[in-house]
Amino acid sequence: MQSGDLSIALPEIILSLFAMGGLLVGAYGGKDKLASLMLWVTAAVLVALAAWIGFQGAGTATVFNGMFTDDAFARFAKVTVLLSAAAVLLMSESYMIKRDLLRFEYPLLIALASVGMMVMVSASDLIALYMGLELQSLALYVVASLRRDSVKSTEAGLKYFVLGALSSGLLLYGASLVYGFSGTTEFAGIIQAAQGETPVGMLIGLSFVIAGLAFKVSAAPFHMWTPDVYEGAPTPITAFFATAPKMAAMGLFARVVHDAFGGVIGDWQQIVAALAVASMFLGAVAAIGQRNIKRLMAYSSIAHMGFALMGLASGTAQGVESMLIYMAIYVTMNIGTFAFILSMEKDGSPVLTIDALSLYSKRDPAKALAVLVLMFSLAGVPPMVGFFGKYSVLLAAVDGGLAWLAILGVTASVIGAFYYLRIVFIMYFGADESELDKGGSGILWGFLMASAAAMVFGVFNLFGIEGPAAAAAAALAG
Amino acid sequence: MDDLLREYLPILVFLGIATGLGLVLILAALIVAPNDADPEKLSAYECGFNAFDDARMKFDVRFYLVSILFIIFDLEIAFLFPWAVAFGDLSDVAFWSMMAFLAVLTAGFAYEWKKGAMDWE
Repeated sequence: MQSGDLSIALPEIILSLFAMGGLLVGAYGGKDKLASLMLWVTAAVLVALAAWIGFQGAGTATVFNGMFTDDAFARFAKVTVLLSAAAVLLMSESYMIKRDLLRFEYPLLIALASVGMMVMVSASDLIALYMGLELQSLALYVVASLRRDSVKSTEAGLKYFVLGALSSGLLLYGASLVYGFSGTTEFAGIIQAAQGETPVGMLIGLSFVIAGLAFKVSAAPFHMWTPDVYEGAPTPITAFFATAPKMAAMGLFARVVHDAFGGVIGDWQQIVAALAVASMFLGAVAAIGQRNIKRLMAYSSIAHMGFALMGLASGTAQGVESMLIYMAIYVTMNIGTFAFILSMEKDGSPVLTIDALSLYSKRDPAKALAVLVLMFSLAGVPPMVGFFGKYSVLLAAVDGGLAWLAILGVTASVIGAFYYLRIVFIMYFGADESELDKGGSGILWGFLMASAAAMVFGVFNLFGIEGPAAAAAAALAG
Repeated sequence: MDDLLREYLPILVFLGIATGLGLVLILAALIVAPNDADPEKLSAYECGFNAFDDARMKFDVRFYLVSILFIIFDLEIAFLFPWAVAFGDLSDVAFWSMMAFLAVLTAGFAYEWKKGAMDWE
């Protein structure tokens, strides 16, 4: 190992050193008096690292004996992860302070989870993959049960932990089989062993690895933890779960299937397509009965993961590119939507039923309009940006020879539009005037408006993310 | 591929012996051992006195903290031991990797000490 190896992983090293230093400063310094400052500093560090990775990174480098890869794909995913983590941190401050939840550990746990996610999307070895995944998951288990005196929050943490451990077990079992049949844990070695006729054991291993990863992206039929965890965790944590970890897990998914199993696309294509169909339809149908907006968003995210997996299922560079674009749009939409959910309060306490939004358009026309834009975008109604995300994955599926999958996707999207449009309907044509508080935190308002504006003005050129996404896809599957 | 799989043959043999031996021991106990149960034999044994409580009771969460601490340092030793045995042949990278690992562990330890995880009050 040369010192050059360390410099490739420098962003991860800096972030972990920052988290450890912050932990000691917090414990020996002012304890929770420092929490707000710590939160802002962490967000600033995350944004600075994102800018650094985004502007400075170039080329492809594989270091630590093939364990860790820095390429355009990893950088795209890392920038998305870091920016969304920073956004969620800033959004959560007022909510956490109001409910006396803001501990100085919270931003540091988010930072550690971000380190895990960065390792995940850079992993080019089964061991590095598992290490990143666990680093992320362990931090997330803790933040899920951040509200220790709430039964629901602890239940969410415990459920997430037990099912997360189960999925890690599946993944490890699969990894052991893959190692057994290829003789190496390195993706570069696995892809040489997995060419043409793959042995049955390797296929079983591949299926188990995909099942473990499907747990992490909450794709049906491995989604069962999602609604309960989303509902039980404090709302800012739910916002975090819905954004950065999804991007990271999707990035890891794409890396494993292309970097390690790119030679046997036909073998995993069917599995990923099946996951995509199941997720899209389950997300579309199961959300219809939900009146709790956090549970609704949980099913919504399951459906969106189905669409992202559809892009991946096509098995082409175009598919990876469309998946990345889809995920970037999804993350942006979710930040805006959760900024709104965080601001839903009545007399200072949070309200989560969608019926409380009745005639919200009269109460606060500007925010109602922003939510309308976001809901249309989530549903994939043109001309919002969400439509272009769906369009690109559908196009990738058709070009990849999966027209049947694209048709099913459109059907699911139409079914799913119902519950997004119902929220809009309730807001504009509800029965009685909403009693939700007006105003609220300026930061939340800003994120909501910025996200909604991005969904409208992004239609011109998607803010130029297509170029980096194409470069990222070329690095992975090109 | 076949050569690779053949390397796993000892494991298969081991699994076979382990399963066989386990079955033999359990079945032997069923078939050969005398079975005349009486209340004294069936009741829980607690150092000579009668059991006075159900075994499924709640423990103070601090017991778990102590056991987690134990596991962390147990693993630390497990890592350190081969490192220490091969100390003479170590490269600089290997030496400083372990130092970094110990520093990380120390940071966590200092944090939980300061947070009062080890105060028993």
